[in-house]
Amino acid sequence: MNKRDFLALAFLTVIAVFLVFSVVFMFDEDLHPFGEPTENDMDQYIIDNTQTETGADNGVTSVVFDYRGFDTLGEATVLFTAVAGVILVFRRLKK
Amino acid sequence: MSGMSRIVKTMTSTVFPFAMIFGLYVIAHGHLTPGGGFQGGAVVASACAMVLVAYGSVWTMRKIKEKHLSVLESLGALGFISLAFLGLIFADKIFFDDFIMGPNGIGMIFNNAALGESDIFTAGVIPLMNFAVGLKVIAGLFAIVLVMAYATVKVKEVKSK
Amino acid sequence: MIYNIPYFAVIALILIGLYAILFRRNLIKIVIGITLIESGVNLFLITLGYREGSTAPIYTLSPGGIMSMPVPQALTLTSIVIGVAVLALMLSFIIHIYRHYKTLDVRKIGGDD
Repeated sequence: MNKRDFLALAFLTVIAVFLVFSVVFMFDEDLHPFGEPTENDMDQYIIDNTQTETGADNGVTSVVFDYRGFDTLGEATVLFTAVAGVILVFRRLKK
Repeated sequence: MSGMSRIVKTMTSTVFPFAMIFGLYVIAHGHLTPGGGFQGGAVVASACAMVLVAYGSVWTMRKIKEKHLSVLESLGALGFISLAFLGLIFADKIFFDDFIMGPNGIGMIFNNAALGESDIFTAGVIPLMNFAVGLKVIAGLFAIVLVMAYATVKVKEVKSK
Repeated sequence: MIYNIPYFAVIALILIGLYAILFRRNLIKIVIGITLIESGVNLFLITLGYREGSTAPIYTLSPGGIMSMPVPQALTLTSIVIGVAVLALMLSFIIHIYRHYKTLDVRKIGGDD
């Protein structure tokens, strides 16, 4: 138990040092500060053309169901598989 | 698990219709205000879980069996897939196409132009997809909570024999 | 530096969740640690898409001006639903384990040390 606790503490320290170092010392080059993301042409196109192309007033819904509908199809499959797995665990076999 | 006292049962049966109407409002207006299928489905499933906690799982299992809930969930998933396949037949012959408001859309019910006012009959195929996904999420989350709450009752009955 | 507080909140959530997974013995506390890490990652996804002085990307009675990016918000929606599905499966397996071993202590279930 002592050896396992020591290894777990070393692992946690390495991860903590890595995360804090990457946020504090790497601003303005790799990790943009809060409020100034990278200039993205795809998001600007979606904001400008949502009302004429899809006819919806909600930008997030038009991205979820129209511009990126395949991701919603995969998510519906994951939800269906999880419900099937939970009902399968608690089945009662009639003897 | 057994139900709670009479005060809790009365207040739950008073609050439950209002919570369900609010959840259905969030699902139906998904293309105008923040919300949609997944968010509204979570609200209605929370209201149904509140009824399950107040009345006890034995009473609820007598009213609704889990095979009815799985039929409802399969209907929701099949509706979503068939709306995606209808894009192959009409208009542009692309899978997962917007066949009501797209470039060569057929323009049936939901085809007004969006101008920033709250008009329900806009946004093409998006409201139909919202209803299908909302039904799927309601049935799925309620089935999970019901099966897990009922599984703990049978163990106690078997052990006491 | 003090203006970038959301990134420090993400680091705090991930580190607390990792501590709960490594150093706790009850199975349910380990599951709570996994949920904390997922919440931290969702917060990080939303933080990446904020423009300064912007409003929500909705056109109904909007006050005008810049709008924030809608794509990270759509990806976070999918991630939250997947987190709920994984949590439901983990909890049902814990109920099944409790019926067989009669205890929830991870060091007694996993064999001798």
